[in-house]
Amino acid sequence: MHLTPELLLKARLRLLKMHYESGVGHIGGKLSCLEILMVLYHEVLEPNDIFILSKGHSAGSLYITLWSLGLLTDDDLRTFHMDGTRLSGHPPFQGIPAIPFATGSLGHGLSLAAGLALAKKLKGLRGRLFCLTSDGEWNEGSNWEALIFTRQQNLNVTTIVDLNGLQGFGRTRDIANLEPLADKFKAFGVRTSEVDGHDLEAITAAVGEDIDGPKVVIAKTQKGHGVSFMEDQFEWHYLPLSREAYRLAVEQVSANA
Amino acid sequence: MRNLFCKSLVELAANPDFVFLTGDLGFQALEPLRDELGKRFMNMGVAEQNMISVAAGLAKGGMRPWVYSIAPFLYARGFEQIRNDICLHHLPVILVGNGGGYGYGVMGSTHHAIEDYGVLVPLPSMRVYLPAFDSDVRELVRQLMLIDHPAYLRLGLSEQPKWLSPSPFASWRHMLPGAGPTIVLTGPLAGGILDALHQSGISADVWLVSELPIAEPPADFLASIRRSNYLLVVEEHVAAGSLGQMLARQLLLAGVAPAKFVHRTALGYVSGLYGSQRFHRLECGLDPSQIVTEIRRAVA
Repeated sequence: MHLTPELLLKARLRLLKMHYESGVGHIGGKLSCLEILMVLYHEVLEPNDIFILSKGHSAGSLYITLWSLGLLTDDDLRTFHMDGTRLSGHPPFQGIPAIPFATGSLGHGLSLAAGLALAKKLKGLRGRLFCLTSDGEWNEGSNWEALIFTRQQNLNVTTIVDLNGLQGFGRTRDIANLEPLADKFKAFGVRTSEVDGHDLEAITAAVGEDIDGPKVVIAKTQKGHGVSFMEDQFEWHYLPLSREAYRLAVEQVSANA
Repeated sequence: MRNLFCKSLVELAANPDFVFLTGDLGFQALEPLRDELGKRFMNMGVAEQNMISVAAGLAKGGMRPWVYSIAPFLYARGFEQIRNDICLHHLPVILVGNGGGYGYGVMGSTHHAIEDYGVLVPLPSMRVYLPAFDSDVRELVRQLMLIDHPAYLRLGLSEQPKWLSPSPFASWRHMLPGAGPTIVLTGPLAGGILDALHQSGISADVWLVSELPIAEPPADFLASIRRSNYLLVVEEHVAAGSLGQMLARQLLLAGVAPAKFVHRTALGYVSGLYGSQRFHRLECGLDPSQIVTEIRRAVA
């Protein structure tokens, strides 16, 4: 199923609904990476490819994307964050076959992807690895260890950075400034490109581009994208949706589609 | 043990899924394995967190990764990677920590592993293996190549007495039958203590534990405690998270309580000074001579 604007709208509305119904936060960082995930699963991933969500706090966007593919049901989504759910706030270690690893503590996903890529290489199996990190996550030293390793072994791992400029308790530039981030990746000898993280065609072209070895795609995004009062607002990393905020968000998302 | 460990793995190198990761260590020890495995031997550099998560990915991808470093560089540096990436997913990654206890001696505290199994045993599906003798290594390595869960192998220097031909590696072994106190040992430290007891002529009932968490104690062991009413546990590990603690719990569950329980453990850095493994053992009361003194006191 190809990604159409209608399908993306449907996913965005379902994401808002899920968050409203469950009464939980982390919606901002989910809206920033929804296009990336939808492009990956609908346009890029082939049967032998594997995706790791390193920014586990965006699990909701991943659940919605899997729902858009028929891999999770509405009944599943209604259990999000509830007692007895398979859909924990961060990706679970069991219960959802499409999710190979539990993530949530940052700085693990890229190494896991590298290990899976290395296994494919040693076994002579086809398939590429894709990993989505946040930008704040590059505070973690382990990510740089992983980047060096993928370069050294020339592993077929594509890292996508959801560069929304906001992290857990402030702006990335005020905490551990890595801008310009692309220069840092390039300095490690890794092919690096930058795209508008809300432009479906640009993401498809950059992420889907086949090269031999690792590459990084920096997706410039907006936290809370598509909802004016959430866009680039730090507090929407955490806040749950009130009834009025939900109504306004649905109105704006629908009007902008 | 390290050279035997290497030799045992070389024998298994034909397994195409076997991959060995080292954290930039193994000089003058692992070269034969490197030469045998070729591209399946990987120096991962000084980056243990990445190494452990990569191993988890490799195991998920159907490989059989062994991960080698100085013990604390694995279990302490990479604890979260072990917990989240390996253990939560029940992946068969074998972590090999060299220098159990005070094995690195005067190299200093950063290299010592005196709380390793205490922090690893609580993790889901993790099992810890504590070979005591060189003669344990080959069979244990063969077993570990076939397991379906995470494992930590604590290597040290074998102190196997010349007169001793131990029974094959097992979680519980009855090393010396005797009418005196009941003694539980673990790891290479057992060799020196067995030797000292042998020479002293003391009749003690000596058991060796080599796998954690401990399996239910054998009936003969429980009978031994009921008879002797005295239990001495000796281990090169701090008391918290120790074999002694685990054993005390098992005994209470079994309704067996000796009148006297003596626990000799690692105590950290008693004088604040550094020395050989023997120096640190002496500071903790773990030296075979001190153990014999303790047992003589009990017998008297």
